[in-house]
Amino acid sequence: MDNAIKLHYNVDGEDFTLAGTTSATVKKYLKTLGLPPDVIRRTAIAMYEAEINMVIHADGGVIDVEITPEKIHIVLKDRGPGIPDVEKAMQEGYSTASNEIRELGFGAGMGLPNIKTCSDEMKVDTVIGEGTTMDLVINIK
Amino acid sequence: MYSENYWHSVRLERDLCKGCTNCLKQCPTQAIRIQKGKAKILKERCIDCGECIRVCPYHAKKAVTDKFDILNNYKYKIALVAPAFFGQFSKTEDCDLVLTALLGLGFDDVYEVARGAQAISAKTRELLSCGELIKPAISSACPAVTRLIAVRFPNLIPNIIPLRSPMELAADAARRDAVEKTGLSPKDIGIIFISPCAAKATAIRDERLVKNTNVDGIISFRDTCLELAQKIGGISEIKHLSHAGSLGTMWATGGGEARATQAPRRVAVDGIHNVIQLLEDIEDDKLCDVDYVEALACPGGCVGGPLTSENSFVARSKISRICKAMDAETEMIDSSVDRMWDASPVYRPVMKLDEDLGIAMQMAMKIEEIAESLPGLDCGSCGSPSCRALAEDIVRGHASVEDCIFKLRERYEQLSGQKPADSNNEPD
Repeated sequence: MDNAIKLHYNVDGEDFTLAGTTSATVKKYLKTLGLPPDVIRRTAIAMYEAEINMVIHADGGVIDVEITPEKIHIVLKDRGPGIPDVEKAMQEGYSTASNEIRELGFGAGMGLPNIKTCSDEMKVDTVIGEGTTMDLVINIK
Repeated sequence: MYSENYWHSVRLERDLCKGCTNCLKQCPTQAIRIQKGKAKILKERCIDCGECIRVCPYHAKKAVTDKFDILNNYKYKIALVAPAFFGQFSKTEDCDLVLTALLGLGFDDVYEVARGAQAISAKTRELLSCGELIKPAISSACPAVTRLIAVRFPNLIPNIIPLRSPMELAADAARRDAVEKTGLSPKDIGIIFISPCAAKATAIRDERLVKNTNVDGIISFRDTCLELAQKIGGISEIKHLSHAGSLGTMWATGGGEARATQAPRRVAVDGIHNVIQLLEDIEDDKLCDVDYVEALACPGGCVGGPLTSENSFVARSKISRICKAMDAETEMIDSSVDRMWDASPVYRPVMKLDEDLGIAMQMAMKIEEIAESLPGLDCGSCGSPSCRALAEDIVRGHASVEDCIFKLRERYEQLSGQKPADSNNEPD
């Protein structure tokens, strides 16, 4: 489709303080498009949680965002350790984050459940030792 | 006196403006452009936070406020005094003396906004304990912050506590008391707010913010202090006019309002750029375990308002000394005076590129493309606050690529086939 906005971001896994900057940029972008506030909110939260996961578990990765008049499609790809039990990870409160990470305010086990609540479609493709690809869709209408 | 077309109270004194980039770079809603060497305020975007008044080295930014002649319009005049006012005087820390001196300026009575603040705090505690507020609940007290939320954080409008500002509540109570006392018609009574900020002036003039205001006029701290300084020395008999307690008076400084709510998990933030950061976090669901958020546009709270005369840190210390001598709470404004607001802020999508999403997307792509080609220095020489903002202005049709001095130089080189003199003289 030619009427689609395509945005590409590299997420640095080295720097915690930068985690969340990509979702903040996208949030700002969506506001200029004048999308419904609820769509912006859901996209920002889903993307923020996924981006944080990328940084704390997988040492960064790449994010592609495609915006059409119908939906926002986000693909987050990392080369991290993979998720051993996706079903468990989807449960509220389940987390494999270290104590240090939790001290920093992350790792409450709400990441994936929050992403699921906020998105209209969510696909997790994960291979142990190779990485995880998360495919999210937020419908505009 | 209010109208639907009133947008903001911050104005430019054209003759004083040098067209520098100080205000341009500081404006939190990117509401300023420099055009033909002068600053221009984009009216829809201005939230009257007063940052530009504060940073302008040439004092070219002013706030529209009323002058003392407004008192002539009313038979009975009441000065509605913001608590921060008591911190503005170098020699006196006596609230009764300051209030008595105000009577010498033509007011028939005085009323402290701190009494409204104390009642709003009590109502806030009640609302927090019934658990009906969306967490984190955001205070509605600072008009610049509620307008910021209306233009930049529409998702957070439901989090704003649906209460009137202390100023409105106090004005309503003052008018009722005065009608009872004088037997005059309510319209013969003039309620004049003595204000530390520009946003309050807009709050009484723009119907979209408060439908039925009880405040008839606004006079700045600065104008009042100038007049008052001449009176204050000559007071022989100090009248007992102060009825506020410390919980209400502490609203003058950052943190005071949050403390008065007694909410177990409360956050107080001041300074408009800090407020924006915190609102971004709330929008991303990062503060869901917080009960109450006090958010004030001015650094240090109302004592840091752009229309104050005393250094905010000094004023803060004075307010805290004044409060030590006060009871925590005093007699409450009668419960028949409504605490709830009459209008919720309405989302104003001023950053939106176009009504039509398809067109907005085309424009956004064009902006990306232009922004890529700009130097990314955010120097502001073009008159837009950043390279990205220039790209947006170009696509909106308000600017051209040649407004960028670097692009202009490139163009000059292309046309003349030569480099400008300075770039030929690079050191070896």
